[in-house]
Amino acid sequence: MIVIRLEDLLYSAPLLVLTSSGLLALIAEAAGRDKPVISYYTSLIGVITSLILTFLNLGAGVPVFNNMILQGGYAAYCNLIFLSSALLSIVLSRSYLERMQYHRGEFYVLIVFATAGMMLMAAALDLTIVFLGIELMSICLYVLAGFMRKKELANEAALKYFLLGAFATGFLLYGIALIYGTSGTTNLVVISRSFAQLSGNSLFLIGCGMLIVAFSFKIAAVPFHMWAPDVYEGAPTTVTAFMSTGAKAAAFATFVAVFVRVFDIPGTALSSVLALIAAASMIVGNVTAIAQNNVKRMLAYSSIAHTGYMLSGIAAGNAEGEQGILFYLVAYTFMNIGAFGIVSWVEQQEDRKLKFDDYAGFSARQPAVAVLMSVFMFSLAGIPPFAGFFGKYYVFLAAVKADMTWLAIIGVMTSLVSVYYYLRLVVLMYFCEGESDVAAKVPLAAISAVTLAAVLVILLGIYPSLLVDMTKGFFKI
Amino acid sequence: MFSYSPLIVLFPLLGFLFLGLAGWRLRSEKLIGIIGSGSVGLSFLVAIMIFVHMLGLPVDQRKQSVELFTWISTFTGTPSSISVSVAYQLDQLSILMTLIVTGVGFLIHVYSIGYMRGDKGFWRFFTYMNLFIFAMLNLVLADNFLLMFLGWEGVGLCSYLLIGFWYDRKFDTGGYEPGKATTSDAAKKAFIVNRIGDFGFLLAMLLIFIHFGSLSFDAVFGRAAVLTPGSSIMVWITLLLFLGATGKSAQIPLFVWLPDAMAGPTPVSALIHAATMVTAGVYMVARCSVLYALAPAAMQIVAVIGALTAIIAATIGLVQNDIKKVLAYSTISQLGYMFLGMGVAAFAAGIFHVLTHAFFKALLFLGSGAVIHALHDEQNIQKMGGLRKYLPTTYWTFVVGAIAIAGIPPFSGFFSKDEILWKTFSSDYGSIPLWFLGVFGAGLTAFYMFRLVSLTFEGEGRYGHDVHPHEAPRTMTIPLIILAFLSVVGGLVGIPESLLGGNAVEHWLGPVFDPAYEKLRLTPHGVEATEYVLMILSVGVAAAGIYGARVVYIRRTELAELWRRKYASLHKLLFNKYYVDEAYDKLVVSPTVKVSDGFLWKGIDVAVIDGAVNGSARLIAMVAQNIRRVQTGIAQQYATVFVGGILVILIWLMFK
Repeated sequence: MIVIRLEDLLYSAPLLVLTSSGLLALIAEAAGRDKPVISYYTSLIGVITSLILTFLNLGAGVPVFNNMILQGGYAAYCNLIFLSSALLSIVLSRSYLERMQYHRGEFYVLIVFATAGMMLMAAALDLTIVFLGIELMSICLYVLAGFMRKKELANEAALKYFLLGAFATGFLLYGIALIYGTSGTTNLVVISRSFAQLSGNSLFLIGCGMLIVAFSFKIAAVPFHMWAPDVYEGAPTTVTAFMSTGAKAAAFATFVAVFVRVFDIPGTALSSVLALIAAASMIVGNVTAIAQNNVKRMLAYSSIAHTGYMLSGIAAGNAEGEQGILFYLVAYTFMNIGAFGIVSWVEQQEDRKLKFDDYAGFSARQPAVAVLMSVFMFSLAGIPPFAGFFGKYYVFLAAVKADMTWLAIIGVMTSLVSVYYYLRLVVLMYFCEGESDVAAKVPLAAISAVTLAAVLVILLGIYPSLLVDMTKGFFKI
Repeated sequence: MFSYSPLIVLFPLLGFLFLGLAGWRLRSEKLIGIIGSGSVGLSFLVAIMIFVHMLGLPVDQRKQSVELFTWISTFTGTPSSISVSVAYQLDQLSILMTLIVTGVGFLIHVYSIGYMRGDKGFWRFFTYMNLFIFAMLNLVLADNFLLMFLGWEGVGLCSYLLIGFWYDRKFDTGGYEPGKATTSDAAKKAFIVNRIGDFGFLLAMLLIFIHFGSLSFDAVFGRAAVLTPGSSIMVWITLLLFLGATGKSAQIPLFVWLPDAMAGPTPVSALIHAATMVTAGVYMVARCSVLYALAPAAMQIVAVIGALTAIIAATIGLVQNDIKKVLAYSTISQLGYMFLGMGVAAFAAGIFHVLTHAFFKALLFLGSGAVIHALHDEQNIQKMGGLRKYLPTTYWTFVVGAIAIAGIPPFSGFFSKDEILWKTFSSDYGSIPLWFLGVFGAGLTAFYMFRLVSLTFEGEGRYGHDVHPHEAPRTMTIPLIILAFLSVVGGLVGIPESLLGGNAVEHWLGPVFDPAYEKLRLTPHGVEATEYVLMILSVGVAAAGIYGARVVYIRRTELAELWRRKYASLHKLLFNKYYVDEAYDKLVVSPTVKVSDGFLWKGIDVAVIDGAVNGSARLIAMVAQNIRRVQTGIAQQYATVFVGGILVILIWLMFK
């Protein structure tokens, strides 16, 4: 008999509180008051409460709801990433949307529900929950991508994302079906026990391949990345920040949950396929980013490249790989959301001020913001003492330990390429003269959010063991 | 109590961060000065509290480590695992150094409030100074080589920043045409020369890691304690470490940067280039005493280099005319004594000399600062004289410092220097020639110091009539008085047993050096009678030096001129510092520049490396443009690529 226990509810409190706040905001919206601020504060309070509850829940992971989801431990750690990403995005969005004249309450509701979907993805102990989480998150994101609905680029982005996303969902379902067919269960814990014998079954392997395809689409890995630059460019910049951090982190969280924590892939063909995708992502992402003139598109390709670095950790499939990715995700979330936050602020009206050249002489106009942007660029390029360096270091180390030194070498070589386009921005900001028409005041909430991200990027670069120690016990379910 | 030790490091860090971020907005110099000095003062208070606590503990509990966090940890569980923590080790040696750094540092910070008044970089000065204290404390408190190295590099950086503090001022240094060089060039010289030493330190650290499998002091010294002397790798490790020390502590062959480092503001010379940073090499050798005990050959080299440096620098100091350069050579010379002490296994005596030297040399530098201040940036002692009546406090404190360094009892310098000389004479690792060099150097020291005193303060004023010297403000004179007091009584903590003292310093430091002493199997010999004779002898030499200087530079000033003409070539040799700068320029700098310019730059760099780099950059840009074209924006094509990817994956999974 299926029973819901009290502790199931208690352990899931972060998820429940967040969802309730989303529903509340929705009802407030439906009540018809055209006051997006109500929705803003409701969702903000929901996210912050959920964040606090997650902190309290950081101990060992506990399976709840009849082994359908895991709360605490690994899930809690990942939730911290999603919730921080949501928090920063919400804070950054308000001033951005007001300026773009798209300030609507449902925006925050969608962010909150997408975050709830992410939390399900990281918590999933069953493939059906994986599916549920991915869909909940994706559908919200489709809408968010096209949120500025009078804008052509936004419509195009949303439609493309939806079409290709639906395509990927098909493969996800097909993969789950094949795995269920060969193993007789959708429960990941049960599958993990019989993985050794299942991995000889080619239908099971094809099922896993389908999962790889679907997950790779969500993390924007080559060759399933084509949607990313268009969508990142067309979506509101703060949504792009949210997608490229929270959504990507969530996709990685499930990817790791299934392929590292459940499956035992080192030495199998799955591992080499993942390594191939990782290598392709690093090369294509970094090389194409060089040719971009639009900062948002550059960051889109950069995010494909970072997908590649992190995938090396999954391909390695060892404990170091998992720890590396978990560290990397945090570092990446803060440096990327910081960078997008600044881009969203520089962006003035529709499609203006998004070119590299718009950043010329930026340091003279906005010295403090230029310093913050440089911190994010250096960190993205993986230069110590910023968090990005240790992220790369850990995943490459994992690859070397898994006898995939070639992958680490590709990673380092392509990182070198990436220095070009990250530092190009820094050079433009500091060493070129530009027109000085930006003197607008930076909104306080936005600047605090970005500064917080920068502080964390530096702190984690000096003191990485702060996080690494937390993730030590997470390996395997 | 020990758990408070991170506070010692924290306060200067906070001071640095606050002044660095907000200092330029602060209008009030007073506020900046209070924050800058206060942070160091608070550190000093915490250090005193811990020191008092240590005094009350039994000897075996005085050493403790406080770990803050794991800094670097990789390959755990494998033989090549490395784990380095940010952890501070408190023991008798490190707390003593901490007290010197924060105590003398605090006084110099206070002094700087007066000295730097009105400077447009006032906040920048205190920012750098706080950063320096932070780095220096990391150096002395580190419980592993890597953190020590971080501090080591950090103090080097601050030294660079502060030497070139007035970056656009003219300053003559070797290798440039007169009038062309600025203080930035002096800063660069210091930095580059130190790089050579640092490289030695780095190599030593790698060898230590390879040989001992760890970088933490406890592990390395613990494993070293069971080894027997004689392995060549220990000689390499200790010599490479010593190379690092010669850079930081300005010993032969890397001493050339220190005289030029006087380009910085005078408080910087006092703090960094006299009292603290330059003694880092001595501290490092003392810290690694066990390793040195395993390589007696290296100790011999340390002793010889120390003695030679002491003499050579002292002879140069005899004829220099820049007040700060005389003190700089004096510092090099005194550092030589400290290394002589290290080399003859008188580790405690060497550290004792670090302590007393910090007092009297900081005093002398600050005193010279007061003089320079009074004469509006005049540094040439030939253009001074007669300042005694205008600057009474400065004069008397300066004389105290000079007596202390000359080694007249009961001033502090006497006890520490004599302890080193006695050990040089009596220890198994010392020798009579080294002792003789030491005593001779002591005579020279007394002579050039009193030459300095005489030319600066006595006789008639030789400066322009429009200059009206005035005593320094109280923020400057009070630190002078305190340091003068310490220069007088500072030696009392180390009165040797032969003079019925307790030699408290040696007993205090004993547990730190016992492992090394055991390894060296030191046998106490030499009788007290001999010690008295030598003591009297060295006091006699010092007194003769003082007397000689006063005769030549006050009573019979014509003698100086006469000798200069008579021994013109010797004078020229000394005045030009044995042409070491010129020799380095001819042998090292110019060839390096030529090879770099003609071959490495235009040949290798432009043609080969730039060619390859630009070529690959062009290639990547070309590829990028082509890949970009695949991104057409048409969703159907995206789906096609998508399907292509699926096919590749499935085929790979089926057939691999």
